[in-house]
Amino acid sequence: MNYFPDEVIEHVFDFVTSHKDRNSISLVCKSWFKIERYSRQNVFIGNCYSISPERLLRRFPCFKSLTLKGKPHFADFNLVPHGWGGFVQPWIEALARSRVGLEELRLKRMVVTDEGLELLSRSFVNFKSLVLVSCEGFSTDGLASIASNCRHLRDLDLQENEIDDHRGQWLSCFPETCTSVVTLNFACLEGETNLVALERLVARSPNLRSLKLNRAVPLDALARLMACAPQIVDLGVGSYEDEQDSESCLKLQAAIRKCTSLRSLSGFLEAAPHCLSAFHPVCHNLTSLNLSYAAEIHGSHLIKLIEHCKKLQRLWILDSIGDKGLEVVASTCKELQELRVFPTDLHGGGNTAVTEDGLVAISAGCPKLHSILYFCQQMTNAALITVARNCPNFIRFRLCILEPHKPDHVTSQPLDEGFGAIVQACKNLKRLSVSGLLTDQVFLYIGMFATQLEMLSIAFAGDTDKGMLYVLNGCKKMRKLEIRDSPFGDAALLADVNKYETMRSLWMSSCEVTLGGCKRLARKAPWLNVEIINENDNNRMEENGYEGRQKVDKLYLYRTVVGTRVDAPPFVWIL
Amino acid sequence: MANESNLAHEITELRLGLPGDIIVTGKKRVSSEVESELKCEPATKSQVVGWPPVCSFRRKNSLEETRTAYVKVSVDGAAFLRKIDLKMYKRYQDLASALQILFGCFITFDGTLKESECVPIYEDKDGDWMLAGDVPWEMFVASCKRLRVMKRSVMK
Repeated sequence: MNYFPDEVIEHVFDFVTSHKDRNSISLVCKSWFKIERYSRQNVFIGNCYSISPERLLRRFPCFKSLTLKGKPHFADFNLVPHGWGGFVQPWIEALARSRVGLEELRLKRMVVTDEGLELLSRSFVNFKSLVLVSCEGFSTDGLASIASNCRHLRDLDLQENEIDDHRGQWLSCFPETCTSVVTLNFACLEGETNLVALERLVARSPNLRSLKLNRAVPLDALARLMACAPQIVDLGVGSYEDEQDSESCLKLQAAIRKCTSLRSLSGFLEAAPHCLSAFHPVCHNLTSLNLSYAAEIHGSHLIKLIEHCKKLQRLWILDSIGDKGLEVVASTCKELQELRVFPTDLHGGGNTAVTEDGLVAISAGCPKLHSILYFCQQMTNAALITVARNCPNFIRFRLCILEPHKPDHVTSQPLDEGFGAIVQACKNLKRLSVSGLLTDQVFLYIGMFATQLEMLSIAFAGDTDKGMLYVLNGCKKMRKLEIRDSPFGDAALLADVNKYETMRSLWMSSCEVTLGGCKRLARKAPWLNVEIINENDNNRMEENGYEGRQKVDKLYLYRTVVGTRVDAPPFVWIL
Repeated sequence: MANESNLAHEITELRLGLPGDIIVTGKKRVSSEVESELKCEPATKSQVVGWPPVCSFRRKNSLEETRTAYVKVSVDGAAFLRKIDLKMYKRYQDLASALQILFGCFITFDGTLKESECVPIYEDKDGDWMLAGDVPWEMFVASCKRLRVMKRSVMK
């Protein structure tokens, strides 16, 4: 390959797009490192504190797309206090100062501000795509800047963010000349929308493929929008509250029939029970269906819809569908690859809507299933063993039994054998979440069999340090380990300090690790940032002479090449 | 299954698993059998921070967490509908008072309906129209999608 001019090698590299592969290419030799550096278009940074914007720009001066992730995953469940970090501002400022021709920015669990969005919108002439997932700190004013200033905006995709809705006119800030929008997702906005501006934007966007509305968009507006965007592929319905057979309903049904490209349906944030029937004509083409926010739709209506969805590959649904509903899914959706069943009742009381029977039915009926997230109230080892036998192809297996420490409800045994069967059968398992009553034994199995495992979530499980050690010693490809309320302590934490350099991060909360143990770890491993989050009384931690035995509430450690971060709030103590 | 006598003996020692298992832990944990013996309130479980692992956006949208329950109210003969938040009221009587203020019609939910002029009905989650007042207030709030006050004069 070295006999070719650089341009030829670069052209070959263009065909290699995965981050892992490009990282591997750059390690072959100095010349490939250099060529790859200058030609890398998409940069992925899984932890924004592992590197600095300056070093990013030095290494990759010509990238067009940046993906950044901030807070650890457990921040989704309110375990990371407000103000912890993950600020995107320094990144936007550094990129704005440089000559990078940024076109796409994808952020997850980061703090974004209106000032940052304004700076972003003014600094990059060719900026096309903004994707914000689980972010916070900004308002619709920031969106107005993006709409006004990004001449070639293609994607504005806001997923599950906390956005301060000023009920302003951000939608009307898109200039009349803007006709390039392909993705528009504002489902997470709480406030009223300028419907006229929205309709005009949709009408002048012939390339619009994905439109996800918020709950403030009523039925008659939806009908008009779909009438002027029959090319739509991905639709998020906002609100669907109207009389059956009302004029709006009929207009909507007529418009839907023309949407022959529709493949993905979601939303129904406010939904009348009968609304799904309007979508029956397009069901046979749907590959993705997300009804997990439609708490008001009864299971029977869900089933009637799903009976028509023979090509479904992805289904996100609430447990109100019940085991019977899952049996319908199992017999209808033979192409199903990913299933997520969310709980309607967060407090675990009430009826047992889905049980182990539903999971077994799905595993038996859907041969292509590789990814599952399943919330339920009860499980048995026998069911899990059957599931493992039926479905050895799982890449992601996340089971959440709502009651912590709940054993096999038939035998009262721990669920070690069940999860053991899963990891033994599923040789390609990359992500696993365990729950229910579990001893160290399950971790012995995980360490032994889950050779490809990259992410493991543990809650209320295990007996001794041995459990955590089995995992750390056995799972060579582990990248993210997150543990809560489990009896793992300093011995496990300190056994193999070098292991953490091979991982992105470790989270441990309400475990048995002590301040003394964490300090020892920080001393042994200067390439790690060892953060203690202590909301209660930071000062007491330092002054107390018994720090060796003082338990740490929340520990978050991660590898980094840029040392201690400077933006940590007072309740975060970096050792 | 846990042995009854063992449970009685160890009732003050909260721990996991079957009797005989020793589990070293610094934290109190309650197995489901012991819990039912102690008659713990189910509410204590739900107070565990960040459990179940459902993201805050989804929590806000789940039925449990909605802080308001706005429903449309129509009264026969009135030119406009109104919207009221059922979660503002704690009992049927409060709702009756509110409707009296909004529409001037006198309603009772307590079974003296045969004589009254106004009959309150509501549309439930399944789309059926039900006479209001039969079920407990909380259940009514959870299942009521819209409210209508029918006037007997209209019914004839």
